[in-house]
Amino acid sequence: MKLPALKFSKKPSEMNRRDFLRSGAALATVTIAPGVTLMAFGGKEASANADPGKRWGLLIDVNKCSKDCSACVSACSQENGWKLPENPETDAQWIRKVDLTDNATGREVSLVAMCQHCEEPPCVDVCPTGASFKRDDGIVLVDKHICIGCRYCMMACPYKARSFIHENIVDEQKTWAPRGKGTVESCTLCVHRVDAGGTPACVEACTATGNGAMIFGDLKDPESEISKALAKYPSTALRDDLGLNPGVRYQNL
Amino acid sequence: MKRLLALLLIVTGLASAPLHAGSDLWPNIPKATGKPHPEGNLFWRKNHMKLLVHDRDLTMRKGDRNIRASLKECIQCHAVKDEQGQAVGVDDPRHFCRACHDFAAVKVDCFMCHNSKPEESSQALLDRRLPDTNELAAYLKEAAQ
Ligand code: HEC
Ligand code: HEC
Repeated sequence: MKLPALKFSKKPSEMNRRDFLRSGAALATVTIAPGVTLMAFGGKEASANADPGKRWGLLIDVNKCSKDCSACVSACSQENGWKLPENPETDAQWIRKVDLTDNATGREVSLVAMCQHCEEPPCVDVCPTGASFKRDDGIVLVDKHICIGCRYCMMACPYKARSFIHENIVDEQKTWAPRGKGTVESCTLCVHRVDAGGTPACVEACTATGNGAMIFGDLKDPESEISKALAKYPSTALRDDLGLNPGVRYQNL
Repeated sequence: MKRLLALLLIVTGLASAPLHAGSDLWPNIPKATGKPHPEGNLFWRKNHMKLLVHDRDLTMRKGDRNIRASLKECIQCHAVKDEQGQAVGVDDPRHFCRACHDFAAVKVDCFMCHNSKPEESSQALLDRRLPDTNELAAYLKEAAQ
């Protein structure tokens, strides 16, 4: 018996955007039997997970962040497959601990800093290729497929949140966090987890230590834990003066 | 006319027979596990690069994780095991994505950033992906009415 022949409704080059909506499935019309064609498996309706009705954010309570704890940093490194830095000047740091002392009062605080997922991200403004971009739900990412490694974004970021990969990486990446030489990277807010309805690894680790210094949630949802906490207690953004409206906010700083 | 018909028959016969098995004229494409592509091998040979690029933008830009051409999933079904039973990486010429590419002198940069080996626990994904034959049968029934 001959296998069912493949018949294309149009040549791929003549496809318009709508025809091309969903890969493969939408492209092929499979002839199952004479007279019966099957627009093969249209797939489910596009389920874009980056929902413009949401804005993901973090709230970090500096009072609860203890100086000798770095559970969030190790969790991030494990989750996303970057090595803890030996040389902080050049090695990857998606998230880092920062210790601050107020010179006037001597108050010491410890906090974590990572990509602040700005509403007006300077990294996106300066990117010459469009690789730096902000998703509809506020998560700022690097599209490494078109990143040329120019590092303008690293210079533009007031938070020093981005790093550049200098070394070859061979089969060490997590499948959900591709990373390679010659591209810039930063905190993705664990976008792979968020898209699956989860919580970033750092927040999970922080909660597990019992410190509970980090809250993750939707800033646009007034009923979310993070929005309620923000509505109730004072908080601030790092370098609030720049007007970037970061999605990461700090309490008791 | 007869000759033309005969020629046609030969050509179509050749195209459907595995003439390439064990031939120098054809790359040695490793067997896959999991369900085959409903669109067929020919389609995928020819179009995988377009599908990959198209769907990667959906995931990257729109956060759409419900895509068909996911590199991570290709790597799972198309993993090639070495003598120790471990999946080979793309540094090994037996890797699925190298079988044809080496042959046709194509160079892809996917694996500068992507892991070329499957995750440990990948069986769930293999089972999840494609509609089954019951679904197909149901559709055909409907179409016949
Ligand atoms: C659910 C498992 C599964 C997934 C996921 C999958 N494939 Fe396949 N693929 C198969 C099977 C089974 C075949 C038939 C293989 C055979 O005949 O050995 C096949 C065949 C192919 C072929 C044709 C091989 C030939 O012999 O000509 C290509 C090319 C291909 N796949 C590319 C891809 C790419 C690229 C991806 C990722 C976007 C992918 N596949 C994802 C299971 C899978
Ligand atoms: C059946 C043979 C075959 C297999 C198996 C195969 N490819 Fe290809 N691929 C090709 C050929 C041939 C081309 C070049 C097509 C052209 O240039 O017209 C190509 C081109 C590509 C391109 C575009 C390259 C460019 O520079 O435009 C990408 C991306 C790609 N393949 C990805 C993959 C991945 C990933 C896998 C493994 C999952 C894979 N291919 C497996 C035959 C294959």
